Formats: sequence, C-alpha cells, structure tokens
Amino acid sequence: MKRELLKFLAFALFVCLVPLACRGGYLINVLLFVGINTMLAIALNLLLGYAGQISLGHAGFFGLGAYLSGILTVTYGWNPWLAMPAAAALVGCLAGLLGFPILKLRGHYLAMATLGMGIIIYIVFNETIELTGGPSGLSGIANLSIGSLTFDSDCKNYYLVWFFALVTVLFSLNVANSRIGRALKAINDSEVAARVVGVNARLLKVQIFALSAIICSLAGSLYAHCMTFISPASFGFNFSVELLTMVVIGGLGSVYGPFLGAALLTLLPEILRGANDYDIVIYGALLVLMVMFMPGGLVRGFPELRRRLAKRKGGVEHA
Amino acid sequence: MLEVSGVSQLFGGVIALDRVSFTIAKGDITGVIGPNGAGKTTLFNIITGIYTRTAGKVVLEGTDVSGLPPERLARLGLVRTFQNIELFGGMTVHENVMVGMHTKSSSGLLACALKMPWSVAEERRIRDNSLKWLDFTGISDLAETTAANLPFGQGRLLEIARALAVEPRVILMDEPAAGLNNQETLALSRLIERIRATGITVVLVEHDMELVMEICDRIVVLNLGKKLAEGTPRETQDNPEVIAAYLGEDE
Repeated sequence: MKRELLKFLAFALFVCLVPLACRGGYLINVLLFVGINTMLAIALNLLLGYAGQISLGHAGFFGLGAYLSGILTVTYGWNPWLAMPAAAALVGCLAGLLGFPILKLRGHYLAMATLGMGIIIYIVFNETIELTGGPSGLSGIANLSIGSLTFDSDCKNYYLVWFFALVTVLFSLNVANSRIGRALKAINDSEVAARVVGVNARLLKVQIFALSAIICSLAGSLYAHCMTFISPASFGFNFSVELLTMVVIGGLGSVYGPFLGAALLTLLPEILRGANDYDIVIYGALLVLMVMFMPGGLVRGFPELRRRLAKRKGGVEHA
Repeated sequence: MLEVSGVSQLFGGVIALDRVSFTIAKGDITGVIGPNGAGKTTLFNIITGIYTRTAGKVVLEGTDVSGLPPERLARLGLVRTFQNIELFGGMTVHENVMVGMHTKSSSGLLACALKMPWSVAEERRIRDNSLKWLDFTGISDLAETTAANLPFGQGRLLEIARALAVEPRVILMDEPAAGLNNQETLALSRLIERIRATGITVVLVEHDMELVMEICDRIVVLNLGKKLAEGTPRETQDNPEVIAAYLGEDE
C-alpha cells in the first residue's frame, strides 16, 4: 500500500517537472492532450480492464461533456466551474439509464450497442445545428479561471488538466484495491461465480459504466475550456477506437497502463511526423508488433519481453 | 431448512425435472444422487437461481426464495460450488476469498474511490477475516498464488473457502469429489464434516458412492427427472428401485 503511494507521488512529481524540460511551445500542447487522453483511457479501463465490458462509444461521452460545458457557458452564460459538474451529472445519469438495458448484452452484442450509442451521439452533435453549431463547431468557449488566474496558456492548462488526470489516477488506484475493484475483476473472470457469492453484477456494471462516463465527461469539459473551440469531428467513432487501442496497448486492468497507452498513441504521430507519408504505415506496424509481442500491454510487456529474451539466450547456450 | 416442493423444469419439450419435492433438515449432510441425466445439476441450478424453474417452489427457512437471483440468495445465506470449479483466475487465492466477503461488507463505489476512513477499516477487516477461511480449508500457504495456477484439487478447496466466506446457512456442492484422487477425496469428506460441525447445512450432488454413503445423513435419489427414493444411506442402498435404476432393470 505504501509502495503504491510512493509510486504515485513519483509519477506526480514526474508530471509536474516535464514542462520544465520542454520549455513551453508546441510540445506542451501535445502533453496536455496526453493528460486528457489519460483520463479517458483510465475511464475506459475501469469498464473494460476491470469489469471486462467493452465500449465502442466512449468518445460520445467525452463529446457530451465538451458540448454540454460549451453550450451551458456560451449560450446560457453559466460559470464554467458550474457547467462542468452539471455536465458530468447529466452524462452520468444518461449513462446509467442507457447502461441498464445495454449492459445486459455481452461480447460482440455489447460492442455493437455501444457503437450505435456513440454514433447516435455523434449524429446529434452534427444535426442539432442551433444548439451545437453543427459540423462547423462551437467556438468562443471561455477558459477556466480561479480568481484572477485564467487558464489561457498551454502551460497553465497543462497543470490544470494534469491535476484532474492525477486525481483520476488516484481514484482508479483506490477503486482497484477495494472490494469494488475485486468484485469487478470477479465479474470479468466468472460472472456466475461472482453472483453466487453475492456480487450484484448487473448493478455494479451499470455503476462502473456511469462512473466511466462521468470521468469522460469531465475530460470533455476540460478539453472544451482549454481549446475554446470544439467540433463533432473530435468525438467520432475513430476516437472511440483510438481510446480502446490506448487501453489495450497500455495494459488492460492496470492503473498506469492507460497512461502509457495514452502517452504512446498521442506522442507517436508527432514523432513520426518526420517520416512524411509513411508515418501511418509505421504507426500501424508498430501497433501490430506491440500486440503480437506484448499481449499484456506496455505495462507488463517490458518485463515480460526481457524475460523471454533472457530465456531464448539461455536456451541457445544450453543447446 | 430448505424445502423443495413440486419443482419442474421443461427444456423445450424435454421434461428435465418432474414435480420433485423433498425437505432438507438443518445441520444435515444431504446427498442428491442419480444416474447421468437424472436432473441433479438442473435441480441445483434451480435452487441456486441460475435457471428459472417452470413450476414449483423453493423455501429457505420459511422464506419463499423461488426465482430469486443468485446474488440475493447469497445474502440470504445460500451458496454453491460448481462441478467445473469457477475461480477468479486472475486474482490471488487470498483475493478470491476476499470476494467471498462481499455480502459482509458494504462500502460503495464512491466510498472506495475516495478511500473514506470506514472503507479503509472495512478493507482491513476483509483482509484479516478472509485468512480464517484459508486456514479452515488448509490452503493458507497458497494465499499469494494466482488462482489460475492452482492444481485442480486445491482449486476446489479454494472454491469451498470462498463459499464459506459468505458465511452461509446452506452450502450446495456440485460433485465436489469429481477429479480428485483418493487422498484428496478423503480430505474432502473430513472437510465437509467440519463444515457441518460449524452449523452449516450441506447438500451435495455426488457420483462417488463411497463418499456419499460415508458422510451423508440422508439421500435423495433422482432418476429421469423424478424423485425415486429418499432416506438414510442404508435405506436407499437396499431399495430395489434404486438398484434397478443404477444397474438397469433385468427382465
């Protein structure tokens, strides 16, 4: 337990010091996105990594948070700090309501249902033009501020976003090591056995689905207030798949895996930018290789890979 | 204690159970036996809420529990184990038993996420108390082993330990001796007797006749979905109908 805390503190310190190394500029903007994506990946990991329930519609919850925050502040003149929890509460309720029928489904059927849900939300963003501005987006969203401090630069927003991301990490760390975390993993391993010892699988799945949606919504609100402009394109099916990739590449059911996945998938396109038209090929190839050789994800992959290499070497020597 | 009355189950046009009734007395070890396809496992699945019965009633200590889902039954003190052991493979042995204490703890998702003082205290209580069941089943030294890596026999003990952590009034075991060697079976029968000694009523479906005859107080015999006989091991052993069902009628 103490070790977990130390690990977290080291991680938090690392996050705080990173901006000093890159001296502002474009990179800090990318790192800010790593923070937002970390929140989203952790949210999806709670559902997929722990409870074993897939969602292909999480970009929808992210978008709902962003749009609700945007609309409440721009159109109705709410205070952003009020709009954020209001959006989160609304999204949580919606996810809870949708969760009851949807989470009755399993496997591929659940994937299809959440996929449909995500697409419907995306269509709503595009079509309700008076409300959302449609495909051309919603602009003029106010930055967040505390007193006279306005989060209007990438650097300030970096710390703002990472504050929330670190709270999310702590949150999921606590859940993972609790009776609820164990019950979720139990549902994943054997739902019938979990129910037989008294775990209300149905209710717990809906609860974690709603919590996951709430975290996505908060990340969406932060995104809207940092970018001051949002458009539906950021919240489509592609992004849901990207989130799923982050979680799987990072390591299902681990606390820091989603961060690693988010960091890799956010930074990789920037790193590969130099490879001109081949970047997408390299990107795809890297993902395939990683899934082949690190099926447990990055977080378990490196120790595992080292072990395997050592074994191979040992094997050769023996022969 | 546990009363099954007129339970029937249809699968399509097949009658898997036909108006089966019997009563299990508190503190007894009751064996449910019968040839393959007699409906034993179906009966277990109905009692424990896995299947919904077509007709009939299940009463637990005066409460009608027919049709309740397994998680509700666990809260009322009825648990089961499975023929093909169902463990939480990704977790350690200790954590498996800790899940068994789910109904004996109450911190919600938010309390856990925010690490409220009472949920921390509860977590400690779960961690400590669950060790007792590892001791009871004799697998304490495996506490930190991943459940998926356990040999079959110890997996079965873990499943029993996890069920006991629920602190049930009745435990139903579906073929607990299946896949065990002689020595393990012997240890199992001692364990079942110790479970009964703590005041828990035991019901088991079993094929190992030696085990059944040795430890059961009463036996219910099913054949082709019907109750064929009921009584002490001696009575059922001598019952010509039972002998006929097992050996085939000679005509």
